Amino acid sequence: MQKYLTLADGTTFTGVAFGATHALAAGEVVFNTGMTGYQEAITDPSYTNQLLTFTYPLIGTYGINLHQNQAPKASCQAVIIRHLDAEITHHDYQQSLNDFLAAEQIPGISGIDTRALTKHIRVNGTMQAILSNEPVAATDFASLYKVLAKQLDKQPCLEQESFHPLHADYHVVLLDFGIKHAIIQQLLKQNCSVTVLPYQTDFETIAALNPDGIFVSNGPDDPTAYPNSLPLLQQLEHHYPVAGICLGHQLLALANGAKTYALPFGHRGQNHPVKLLASGHTIMTSQNHGYAVDAASVAQTDLKITAVEGNDNTVEGLAHKALPVISVQYHPEANPGPLDGQIFFQEFKQLMAKEVLQHA
Amino acid sequence: MPKDLNIHKIAVIGSGPIVIGQAAEFDYAGSQACLSLREEGYEVVLINSNPATIMTDDEIADEVYLDPISLDSVSAILAKERPDALLPTLGGQTGLNMAVELNDAGVLAKYNIKLLGTSLETINQAEDRESFKELMQQLHQPIPASLTVHTLADAVQFADEVGYPVIVRPAYTLGGTGGGIANDHDSLVTIGKRGLALSPATECLIEKSIAGYKEIEYEVMRDQNGDKISVCNMENFDPVGIHTGDSIVVAPSQTLTDTEYQRLRHAALEIVEALDIKGGCNVQLAQDPDSDQYYVIEVNPRVSRSSALASKATGYPIAKIAAKIAVGLNLSEIQNPVTKTTYAAFEPALDYVVAKIPRLPFDKFTSAQRQLGTQMKATGEVMGIGLTLEEALLKAVASLEVSSTLQAQLVPAKAYTDAELAAQLQHPTDQRLFELFAALKRGWSLDKIADLTQINLYFLHKLNNIWQLFVKLGQTTLTAELLATAKQNGFSDDMIAAATDKTATDIQALRHTQALHPIYKMVDTCAGEFASETPYFYSSYFLGENESQPLTNSIVVIGSGPIRIGQGVEFDYTTVHCVQAIQQAGYKAIIINNNPETVSTDFSISDKLYFEPLTIESVMNIIELEQPLGVIVQFGGQTSINLTSALAAQGVKILGTSLHGINQTEDRHEFEALLQAQHIRQAPGATAMNLAEAKAIAPQVGYPVMVRPSYVLGGRAMAEVHNEAELETYVAKAMAAAPNQPILIDHYVTGRECEVDILSDGKEIFIPGIMEHLEGAGIHSGDSIAIYPPQHLTAAEKTAIIAIATKIGKQVHCVGMMNIQFICADAVYVIDVNPRASRTVPFMSKVTGHHLAKLATRLILGESLAEVGLHPGCDPEPETVAVKAPVFSFMKLPGMATALSPEMKSTGETIGRGADFPTALKAALVDSYHFPAATPGKIALLDPTAATDTDLNQALTQGGYQPVTITQADQLADYTSDQVALVINGAQEQDTAEPLNYFALSQNVPFFSATATIKGILAALNH
Repeated sequence: MQKYLTLADGTTFTGVAFGATHALAAGEVVFNTGMTGYQEAITDPSYTNQLLTFTYPLIGTYGINLHQNQAPKASCQAVIIRHLDAEITHHDYQQSLNDFLAAEQIPGISGIDTRALTKHIRVNGTMQAILSNEPVAATDFASLYKVLAKQLDKQPCLEQESFHPLHADYHVVLLDFGIKHAIIQQLLKQNCSVTVLPYQTDFETIAALNPDGIFVSNGPDDPTAYPNSLPLLQQLEHHYPVAGICLGHQLLALANGAKTYALPFGHRGQNHPVKLLASGHTIMTSQNHGYAVDAASVAQTDLKITAVEGNDNTVEGLAHKALPVISVQYHPEANPGPLDGQIFFQEFKQLMAKEVLQHA
Repeated sequence: MPKDLNIHKIAVIGSGPIVIGQAAEFDYAGSQACLSLREEGYEVVLINSNPATIMTDDEIADEVYLDPISLDSVSAILAKERPDALLPTLGGQTGLNMAVELNDAGVLAKYNIKLLGTSLETINQAEDRESFKELMQQLHQPIPASLTVHTLADAVQFADEVGYPVIVRPAYTLGGTGGGIANDHDSLVTIGKRGLALSPATECLIEKSIAGYKEIEYEVMRDQNGDKISVCNMENFDPVGIHTGDSIVVAPSQTLTDTEYQRLRHAALEIVEALDIKGGCNVQLAQDPDSDQYYVIEVNPRVSRSSALASKATGYPIAKIAAKIAVGLNLSEIQNPVTKTTYAAFEPALDYVVAKIPRLPFDKFTSAQRQLGTQMKATGEVMGIGLTLEEALLKAVASLEVSSTLQAQLVPAKAYTDAELAAQLQHPTDQRLFELFAALKRGWSLDKIADLTQINLYFLHKLNNIWQLFVKLGQTTLTAELLATAKQNGFSDDMIAAATDKTATDIQALRHTQALHPIYKMVDTCAGEFASETPYFYSSYFLGENESQPLTNSIVVIGSGPIRIGQGVEFDYTTVHCVQAIQQAGYKAIIINNNPETVSTDFSISDKLYFEPLTIESVMNIIELEQPLGVIVQFGGQTSINLTSALAAQGVKILGTSLHGINQTEDRHEFEALLQAQHIRQAPGATAMNLAEAKAIAPQVGYPVMVRPSYVLGGRAMAEVHNEAELETYVAKAMAAAPNQPILIDHYVTGRECEVDILSDGKEIFIPGIMEHLEGAGIHSGDSIAIYPPQHLTAAEKTAIIAIATKIGKQVHCVGMMNIQFICADAVYVIDVNPRASRTVPFMSKVTGHHLAKLATRLILGESLAEVGLHPGCDPEPETVAVKAPVFSFMKLPGMATALSPEMKSTGETIGRGADFPTALKAALVDSYHFPAATPGKIALLDPTAATDTDLNQALTQGGYQPVTITQADQLADYTSDQVALVINGAQEQDTAEPLNYFALSQNVPFFSATATIKGILAALNH
């Protein structure tokens, strides 16, 4: 069955449907350059409502193993690929990508020139797109987009969940804006117990849990879409060590008075160099963000920049000058992507250790 | 960190002559690195005895020493040059070993020379099995359990502990001879006994077998700041157990999940961190296909064949960056030469798939053991790039330069029984890919094939996709849609023709009517994320954007494809020089080639690189897009010359000698007519189309006769034949080598063999010099020791050679280059003309100082001899002497025939220069025959044939050697390698397994398999 991808500027690609073949989709079209990790990306809530393009041409190669899902539900709008690989032989294989997407009601399009699409986005910036079963006339684009595009009415959050290993060192409250499962895994690996709470939770509820630290998760959308969360974060950082990743990092920046802006076509991939300013080391990181913290705006705050991207010098890490608050734009929890940044979780644990000592 | 300003002059050691396992990739790495150091403002001194390389060009380094890579020679150069530093990690194992020797001998300390890059301690730690094992244990990195044993009892006890299967690796045996996998106690007893008996040290390594695991490699870089990246990971199609150099390899890995990919990547990075690598490093790992278990196999702490492959697969120039790291620059400071907008501290993202297939030499070495194992046997490799694995793999198949029937039909002609086929699959050879297709053709299930081969089902599925499409093509009408599908899966026109019972011309016509043209995509390291101007392209038939904008004023140069016996790195050298001359003349140069190891496929060499098969189909597609001014076919060896008539037939302008001129030299009858008309002598001969004709002709031209097929390379299937019985054997071989082509049968003239390269503008002829072969006729020119200027020719002979060469050049209106071979006997006879640049071009260029390939290119582009500064006739002979000597890889190819013959056997060459012939010869022998050896003993062991040669015995005695004839293998037990100065085998039929030869080859005793060689050497040295 043929499928049509129409961009807001009228550019169209014709391909073959897969996944939920008849489903329609509309949203921002973005590209990811990772050569592995399609499953983790597709189930990463940060891609909520986006049409996700993979630049690597063979996707589906090792199938899906459900324990690697980063969220209970895939929340991207559509998957755009060059070639759907159906020869799955991996020992951990549980389901094909095609079946998985069909079950998740996510449409896919294959057989299109993903490189041309990527270059188009690179040159013209991230743009709106519609995935449809019929060609979309230019005159119909806006109205159809309005009908199809999902509003971010409900955050792709977990229900309240908690993970309590025996003899945990610390208790972390994780504010969920659309969390990746790997973040929880990393905190558990640091021997922390974790309570996941929706981001709308109030300070008193959090305080009642007696956390040793607060973790602000990743999540979708423009960070300025969460004005109500900023006072909470301001309050929390005066009481607890706080760490943030991706959207969490941007929100901490906003809460401390810095500004954010939209990148022309985002950073999405697993090969982004990040320079850690304290050690002078450059590490490879997994990234997935369309917005960034404005470096100039940081100067007027109590924050300092701790890491920058190696290619475009955008802000990749922040720390509060006085408070135990750290955040990174990249994804130290990996899944997908390199494990180079895992030290971030140790740093967070050290912040909690210091606080515990001070209050002992 | 900024670059080290305390050093100014850096010495670089090259990898020397090409042998199996150490080939053109080091020319690529070395050239890149030297240029990279010069770019940073350092003065570079290069030492490499291999003349056939770009690396030894005068533009690559400030001082180039074409001298032996021996302690004496290198020490002398260092004493003279007094460099501040030495960079040893770019010259393969040869470079590393030399650095260790220099260090141990105190030479580096004496001259206060700093070693750059990864330290010797690290190198030792990575290469010494025990220290490496210890380090892995410290890092908690899993390695397969292993134990060195000297008794069978210990072997059995260990195997009982770790469990079967185990691998038995005998120490110090030729090509790992005697080893094997033991699946149970009984087989361990058999293999273990044999291994211990064959090992000179009665020593075997017993290792828990992980055969059947996925073999995964990471090409990693680390700088002095400790920053690390993985440039590329690669997955072997063949499971652990087959050397990665002999494996089909794909990049990036295909069957690993992100978790597995990152786990292995992280392990590789941890290892390079612990080893304190400064530069490039290859880490090989094994992943259990059925669980999360993995093992570290080994680490190569230097640039390697794999790093060359990774560079070409990703566009990331590893050697260039490694050189910059060695002088102190860090990854985050070095600009990414591809994007020019980002830095070297990033990991390439591919948006295509790469497949590499090794090129093995068994088409020429028919008696060598074809089975693949842990000892590498390939001489070269080809790479295909595509948007699907099928496309990449089939492009590599089309590039292999094997039988065109096999390339089109995918299934070997040989009629195996099922049992034979199963055995072939269980014990894979170079034919395995085609035998896998044969199994699919028989309808064998993928599970059955996977059981036999342990190849991952994923790859078998891909092969099955290809095969099912092949079958479908034969069963249904060839619709436009089906044709497009076949092309998108990488099917060549030849394959589609074979499947549909049409001709390739039909398919081409069909493609044209249906306007089915490939598009070209760019290799840019970043999957399109950043703007990039890399002129590096591959084709695909998937619909989409063509990214290759045609150049104007361009000329296409056809490369030489995979390195194989008879067509080595020399032809990459000439290709690169041709490109440089085209650019200097103000045109744009476009290269088409498919060999990932070489300099010519570095995208910075030409104005545009198409990484494509060198088939008429792929070349024509590029020509149709680019519309070049013309095509140059003279520099890519037989590969490009063989395309000439097909190109001309399609109306492509061939620059240089015309197709007619080429045919005049390649077509037997035209060539005879030409010689007769010019009164040039040629050994009497005729052509035969079958055995009956051959039997009639041979007595007429007179035995002994030389039998050879036409249009083949390096004297393949060529032999000296003395009677009708031999004739039957060799005619059959010649017919198999070139089916439906005439067989040439010539009277064999005994005499001194010589050759010349000529340059011409179509009017006048320039001859840089005459090369004389030490051994005389009967031994392939590539295996002979060549001397310039000639030492044994009369003035009359030289005059005759020059006159004949001039006549032939004028008659065929040579424009560019030609190579002509002669025998000087009672008169001067012409044996052969090659209407193209030959193997000797780099040697003669370096010796005479004339850049012959560049000059020839200028002539091809229309300049006259006078305009390029050349004069008609032969250049005067120099005062000094240069010698080119062959290098063989017998050690790597158990079972191969060793006698030097008309069929070429050498894999590389070395150069020696000196004030006189003996001095030059001695220098050349250091890196070729390693003669004289530094052993105290003076015994020369001779086989019975050599022993009957009284001249040889006399020469040996005169040289102070004691000839001893070996008639029985057990005599060898009386000798140690210390006592024996050389081994000579004069038999016409002999191979590496013969005890006398095995004794020499396994213990590195100088070995001569032609009495003519050692006689010529002794005559010169005794003089």
